[in-house]
Amino acid sequence: MSLDSGAVPDDIAATVAALFRRDSRKVLATLIRLLGDFDLAEEALQDAFRAAVEQWPRDGIPANPVPWLVSAGRFKAIDGIRRRARFDAIDGDVATAVEAIPDSAARWDEGEEIADDPLRLIFTCCHPSLSADAQVALTLREISGLTTEEIARAFLAPPATLAQRIVRAKAKIRAARIPYKVPHAGELGERLASVLRVIYLVFNEGYSASAGSSLTRADLSAEAIRLGRLVVELLPEREAMGLLALMLLQESRRAARTGTNGELVTLEAQDRSRWNRAQIDEGVAWVERALAAEVTTASPGTAAVPRRDSPAARFGPYALQAAIAAVHAGAKSAEATDWAEIVGLYDVLVRLQPTPVVALNRAVAVAMRDGPATGLPLIETLLADGQLQDYHLAHAARADICRRLGRHADARASYQRALALARQEPERAFLAARLRDLPP
Amino acid sequence: MKYLCLVYLEDDKLHAVRDSECLAASERLRAEGRVVAAEALHPVHTATTLRLRDGTLTMTDGPFAETKEQLAGFYLFDAADLDEAVALAARIPPVRTGSIEVRPVRELDPTP
Repeated sequence: MSLDSGAVPDDIAATVAALFRRDSRKVLATLIRLLGDFDLAEEALQDAFRAAVEQWPRDGIPANPVPWLVSAGRFKAIDGIRRRARFDAIDGDVATAVEAIPDSAARWDEGEEIADDPLRLIFTCCHPSLSADAQVALTLREISGLTTEEIARAFLAPPATLAQRIVRAKAKIRAARIPYKVPHAGELGERLASVLRVIYLVFNEGYSASAGSSLTRADLSAEAIRLGRLVVELLPEREAMGLLALMLLQESRRAARTGTNGELVTLEAQDRSRWNRAQIDEGVAWVERALAAEVTTASPGTAAVPRRDSPAARFGPYALQAAIAAVHAGAKSAEATDWAEIVGLYDVLVRLQPTPVVALNRAVAVAMRDGPATGLPLIETLLADGQLQDYHLAHAARADICRRLGRHADARASYQRALALARQEPERAFLAARLRDLPP
Repeated sequence: MKYLCLVYLEDDKLHAVRDSECLAASERLRAEGRVVAAEALHPVHTATTLRLRDGTLTMTDGPFAETKEQLAGFYLFDAADLDEAVALAARIPPVRTGSIEVRPVRELDPTP
């Protein structure tokens, strides 16, 4: 939002701008509940901040600006609806809609209702009846407050496509009446998984762009971490902590994972002194919290096995992946890594998430623990299953193990296959360099 | 005997016939005692498709995708919101073997 600060004293303009950055999404979340419509609420939000800029220089900054802004936005919206109603043919409908908006301050002033509004907004934006693309776009637009143009640029998509996606998602929320509420306990686990998936998609788009020459888009990752913190704060569930930890631990390696020419540097070859210690410390602390909660609810020896009766309360794939990342973070070098611990964590992860990619990562860890000769057949079996045939990292993993075993012709064939499938420039540069370095 | 009559339209022809004309026609048919139920629907991009496989209910944005599947029946539910409608639709047995498309009903605009 652009504030016309021409006639507004600097201190008030600065306060309003700071409030907008910090609290505009909170105000929006409550306005959506009160007005029952995303578009009306967005308009009301702009009107509320405009009213603040106009009135605060005269009346002073209110003691509680957030309720003031909610109240101003609600008033402006009702006023607007009434004004439009006079020119509109369907008076009856509009009158009913206006009456349905709670008029007494008591209704929206209830602390608990207001406190839950940001969660309502998150769960509605990530509702499973919306496509994954729409969930991501809505989350960044409504919860992060990014503009349509900013989202389009981050996802290398035309702004018109993004705008259309958001318009359609809002139309579906309105027409199909996707509820604006926090799911009840019975469905919370599944619905939270949907929210966390959206946040991790945003993170990965920033951490390793799916195509193009820039390996990382730091802003998107930072925004995903901010969203992860928000969810943990609102809903301190283990998997939410696990995801926050995982993102922090991956982000901690950002500076070390690209070389001077923008090429990918593998975990093994990274200069670990360039890892961000503050992010590692915070990530490790969240992993410990995510996993510690489990230990208190399970009997000793079974701590790693999630309780099936309580899907929302158990730890899951994010916490386990974070635990694996934490083991890497604690190792002085690739050789000094506790590979036995990592294989053990992958054993649990494979049970929770039996996907070929998880099985591949486990096989690579086994190769590090027991040597390449043991790892190779595991990877070749996975490739023979067919599901990983088009996954460049599977071929890169086989190539790497063949290289270690001195099987250069096999390594060359697999590096070539990986290179043909890889779409990111930094990865392609890395694979091409490995091919060049192979002895004839 | 009851007959279900399905109305198909291309996207750009959704509003080619005015709502008021549709309302008038359905009122005439109702007056003749012939109508059991008649509703207009919101466009396909407001649809949600449900499938239950291996005990897991999945939701997909949009209309049913399998072109081999044919329309086999319908329910008209009264529900407070989409979550309620989905919970009801998940109890229709063919959700296990086929798909259930949940489409919100649209109020016709009586303006002539």
